[in-house]
Amino acid sequence: MSVNHCITDEIRVTGEPLDVRALDSFVSADGVGGRAVFVGAVRDHNQGRCVHRIRYEAFVPMAERVLCEIVAEAHRRFVVERVAVHHRTGDLLVGEAAVVVAVGARHRGAAFDACRYVIDELKSRAPIWKKEFYDGGDCWVTPTP
Amino acid sequence: MGDQRAMVDVLFFAGTREVVGHEREQVEVRGDATVSSLLDALCSRHPGLEPHRPSLRVAVNESYVELSHLLAAGDEVALIPPVAGG
Repeated sequence: MSVNHCITDEIRVTGEPLDVRALDSFVSADGVGGRAVFVGAVRDHNQGRCVHRIRYEAFVPMAERVLCEIVAEAHRRFVVERVAVHHRTGDLLVGEAAVVVAVGARHRGAAFDACRYVIDELKSRAPIWKKEFYDGGDCWVTPTP
Repeated sequence: MGDQRAMVDVLFFAGTREVVGHEREQVEVRGDATVSSLLDALCSRHPGLEPHRPSLRVAVNESYVELSHLLAAGDEVALIPPVAGG
């Protein structure tokens, strides 16, 4: 993890509901001309089955550490000013936000690219799992590309 | 070296936690134990882990490591089944 970025970044894995506007505000600054905000939400279906809710489980200290590494990488790869990532744990209903990635940059290109980089890397590296609950069953989700 | 024993703390998550039935376990390993030999020991203790083994990643003290990684006394070893955040 890069300590240098702690002042300009906000990273958390939490059981509390996510606040998209707060993260958007966090990445706002006078030098920021473009903000990209990605929100991942619980979908009502997956692979042909109706999903009622999803339970997210995380190895919280390691997940936050991995997210710090990913955000530090984003700063090295793209010209961005501020990055914020919050991921939810616990039981979420359809429509609730599971993850928010917000990036503030001077220009839109870097904001979009960094936002995409962070969510893609989060999905492949952060120790976070989800269990979907259907009619008459549940299942730990295996990753999708 | 190899005759000495060391205790490590093993953490289980998601599907592997359900297979094992608890989220934490203390395991005594040889002084020259690797992550791979720890997995051997865990799979013989919990045969239900065996089908999960090919898809597991392992983190020691919150960083991903290779199977050849040497363990040290007091290490916290997390079995990481396929992740699905986001």
